[in-house]
Amino acid sequence: MVAYSGRMDDAVFRAIADPTRRILIDELAARDDQSLFELCVRLMQGHGIAVSRQAVAKHLAVLEQAGLVQTRRIGRTRVHHLDLDPLRSAWQGWGRPLTESE
Amino acid sequence: MRINVTSVFVDDQAKALEFYTDVLGFVTKTDLPAGEHRWLTVVSPDAPDGVELLLEPSDHPAVGPFREALRADGLPATSFAVDDAQAEYERLVAAGVEFTQPPMTMGPVTSAVFDDTCGNLIQIASMHVG
Repeated sequence: MVAYSGRMDDAVFRAIADPTRRILIDELAARDDQSLFELCVRLMQGHGIAVSRQAVAKHLAVLEQAGLVQTRRIGRTRVHHLDLDPLRSAWQGWGRPLTESE
Repeated sequence: MRINVTSVFVDDQAKALEFYTDVLGFVTKTDLPAGEHRWLTVVSPDAPDGVELLLEPSDHPAVGPFREALRADGLPATSFAVDDAQAEYERLVAAGVEFTQPPMTMGPVTSAVFDDTCGNLIQIASMHVG
């Protein structure tokens, strides 16, 4: 379990190391359950990020592998649901020395 | 050369005509028999001589997988211009239309996406200053 949780923490920290993926997390925190199309519009028009739809799909796949995003269907559309638990868990495991030293 | 017709694939032409006229507010421009289907177009009442929207039968075998893939990613089949996307959203929701994306303002554009009940997602968008 320790090894598994360590690997998950690695995946979480890798996922949040990228600025585009952090924006995706912010956008899903503001409005959950967005389609790929809606997230692309927000990145391109809201943040002025020149990125292809395929690249956004890859970023979302990295977030999904880290457990931060889960996909589900609403009707016939696949939407992305944000789950911050893996981030909390990674932070609790690693960030505690920082809080204790304050 | 000029663009006078654009199209959306619809599952059922009669049902589509009802939705695109009664609910959205377009008017029938051309309705002619074409084989087992109809050459069926609608226009905006604001531009009766403007671009026609062809309500095209979706029975070609490639259309199903194509539209399913677009819908899965939330991609609209086409986009219509409106004066005020927020007001149009409220009018259409009151008429029972289901939106997959409520109005979202990004820079000078406010857009929203709804289900046309004929197999497509459709975007409406308004441009505003500032």
